[in-house]
Amino acid sequence: MAYEGDRPMPDARLDLRGVLCPINFVQAKLKLEEMEVGQVLEVVLDDGEPMRNVPRSIKEEGQRIIDVGKLPDSTYRLLVRKDTE
Amino acid sequence: MRETDTPAMEGLKAGLRKESRKAGLDFEKLKSGGFIKQTQKDLFTVRLRCPGGKVSADRLRKAAEIAEKYGQGEAHISVRQSVEIPYVSYKHFDAANAALAEVGWSVASCGPRIRVPTACAGCTYNPNGITDTQGVCAEVDRRYFGTATGHHKFKISFSGCPIDCFRTREMDLGFQGVMEPELREGLCTGCELCVKSCEENALRMENELPIRDLSKCNQCGDCVKVCPVDAMVRKRVGWLARVGGKHGKHPYVAYEVANFLSNDQVYALIEKTVEWYKPFGQGRERIGVTIERLGLDSYLDQVVAPLGLEAIRDPKERRKYYTRGNFYGV
Repeated sequence: MAYEGDRPMPDARLDLRGVLCPINFVQAKLKLEEMEVGQVLEVVLDDGEPMRNVPRSIKEEGQRIIDVGKLPDSTYRLLVRKDTE
Repeated sequence: MRETDTPAMEGLKAGLRKESRKAGLDFEKLKSGGFIKQTQKDLFTVRLRCPGGKVSADRLRKAAEIAEKYGQGEAHISVRQSVEIPYVSYKHFDAANAALAEVGWSVASCGPRIRVPTACAGCTYNPNGITDTQGVCAEVDRRYFGTATGHHKFKISFSGCPIDCFRTREMDLGFQGVMEPELREGLCTGCELCVKSCEENALRMENELPIRDLSKCNQCGDCVKVCPVDAMVRKRVGWLARVGGKHGKHPYVAYEVANFLSNDQVYALIEKTVEWYKPFGQGRERIGVTIERLGLDSYLDQVVAPLGLEAIRDPKERRKYYTRGNFYGV
């Protein structure tokens, strides 16, 4: 797995800025379904409702958030590792 | 204390007594058993017993059958989760009861009794749910449904979390699920998702660890639910107990009196509360009025303290449950 600093490079990226709940979660879920266990998905989310809802839903699906970072435009970049098929 | 009836009320009651003598029925007794007299002569609404609002498909079909055969082909879902069948003639009571018995069903209660308890889905399938509202509600119904209080109705409800969909604040006794979180510092990665998840702004980062403001934390457990590394975990769950609420023409907001009750303590509190209400209540008053009259401390001293519950005695501790909105006077 390639790394950037101490974070893995994502295998796929999903920009969900401007996407409302629960569509943002549904899109993340569908993308993860296409991926292999062990691969990493980068998800960019708006602050507010998306950040309150989506990480928890991802956890409930059995996937693992391995990094959370704030971007200059006040959105958030999550790295999600697929742990569960 | 009951006031003297107005002339209109006296006339109405005299009319009811006359009708019941004619029909060979005791309307007051009927009302205790879930058959409620309607405006229309000889017709009643059958209030069915649906603790926690759960009704099996079999029973739904049976209710439809009874509504079509003996009612007017419709049911009404009451605010206390009951399926009610209106427009049933008293002549069909026996038949309706027999039909209900086929699916092991029966009618609800009215009058000065413990009513059917209500509950949300709780942790059975709601991801927000902290406690087993359905399980405890069903047990409370089995044990205490229909118990006479000697004064007025007694309504109990269960909410699985602080969103409190089942309005425990307006119940005679309300029980709401709570979760106490704790942080396992060594596992925390400083991702701040817990801080983001907290709607009460009870968490803030200090030295890269989340610190909790206990005066704001309402024990909803959202921080625990989101933590991706299980650093924020649940220390314990239980029930927040509220007493003395009521709706109607003169609503009261219930007092939070004890926290983190176990299920067994819920049953004990219900029993001891009713045992206290019977002698100390006066006439046709709800327990909330009794408490206003005698003072909350008398309830706390005589009911909560002897049960060894984690009591909430300081009014300031209750403020955090009302820091939003316009609970004027609080």
